[in-house]
Amino acid sequence: MSADLPMPISRAAGAVDASAGRACGSCAVFNVANLEKLGVHTGDSDFVIALAGNPNTGKSTVFNALTGLRQHVGNWPGTTVVRAEGGYRHQGDAYKVIDLPGTYSLLSTSSDEHAACDFLLFGDPDVTVVVVDATRLERNLNLVLQILQITDRVVVALNLMDEAGRHGITIDTRHLSRELGVPVTPMSARRGDGVPDLLEAVAQVAHGRTATKARSTQKLGPAVERAVQTLAGQLTSEFPGLANSRWVALRLLEGDENTERAVRDGSLGDVERQHTARQRAFATQGGSAP
Amino acid sequence: MTLDELPLDGQATVTSLDSSGVERRRLMDLGLLPGIVVRAEMKSPLGDPTAYLVRGSVIVLRRSQAQGIHIERSAGRGR
Repeated sequence: MSADLPMPISRAAGAVDASAGRACGSCAVFNVANLEKLGVHTGDSDFVIALAGNPNTGKSTVFNALTGLRQHVGNWPGTTVVRAEGGYRHQGDAYKVIDLPGTYSLLSTSSDEHAACDFLLFGDPDVTVVVVDATRLERNLNLVLQILQITDRVVVALNLMDEAGRHGITIDTRHLSRELGVPVTPMSARRGDGVPDLLEAVAQVAHGRTATKARSTQKLGPAVERAVQTLAGQLTSEFPGLANSRWVALRLLEGDENTERAVRDGSLGDVERQHTARQRAFATQGGSAP
Repeated sequence: MTLDELPLDGQATVTSLDSSGVERRRLMDLGLLPGIVVRAEMKSPLGDPTAYLVRGSVIVLRRSQAQGIHIERSAGRGR
């Protein structure tokens, strides 16, 4: 697959634009003068963008549309099992994009989903783009609301709008955006539709120009709230710089075994260490980590 | 009545989930919550596993898992 990688550096961009302009003139990606796909050359990035979402919603297709890479995509869940990184430049800012495995929930347990959760929780991305399937919005919103609990620097990319249109589904994106408190951009990543809007929304949130206010879904009773605060305080003194200590505290109160283990062996919040450990485990299982 | 007793093409509303821990979490993440309409979509030859339509997605459950999901039959619409 790696032999197919395009030459993503700016010198080649003109040539790509010219030929592609004919091949897919309707493809909005090629009309955005502001997007420069950097491929794997992320270098020094100004912002880190995480791509999250349910399995099989097109995260890798969005990733490829942004970076010009050809990360393997497939129409079945579980195509991406370890995270991939790429970059793009937009309006002078360099962005690093992390393509994560799909997950239904931040609370789940399979190892690829776990990798995604860890990064979202502790990788501290500047913007989290949640790619959702417009044809199965109800089910996808579960993860959106969970992510909104841990950060409000979120953009919801409403993908597969072309498919939704074929099924006769229309979505009031402005209303949805208002309800969630974060930008919602409709798109069809496969055709490149909506990429400029997504780039713009990401830039706005990254620079803090859009005031996002995540809808809160969790009201805790006073006793639980007290317990969470005590525990979160203890966690922060034990793990300085830990992001989302409240979230971790809630998991501990729920008796979540994975979180308990991570606290006990000190690997809590250590995304890199857990990531490499998992890649090693994956490689020895006979898979091939990129 | 539990979900495994739902005949093919039958429709019902989930009333409660018996399972606990990780499995309960997973079922809920997949959209199986009380109040949700499910339909028995496909059955394997022996009836185990069975595929159910939940919120526009098809989810396949083992009989043992379906036994932990309590339902109420409904003639209702749903999807």
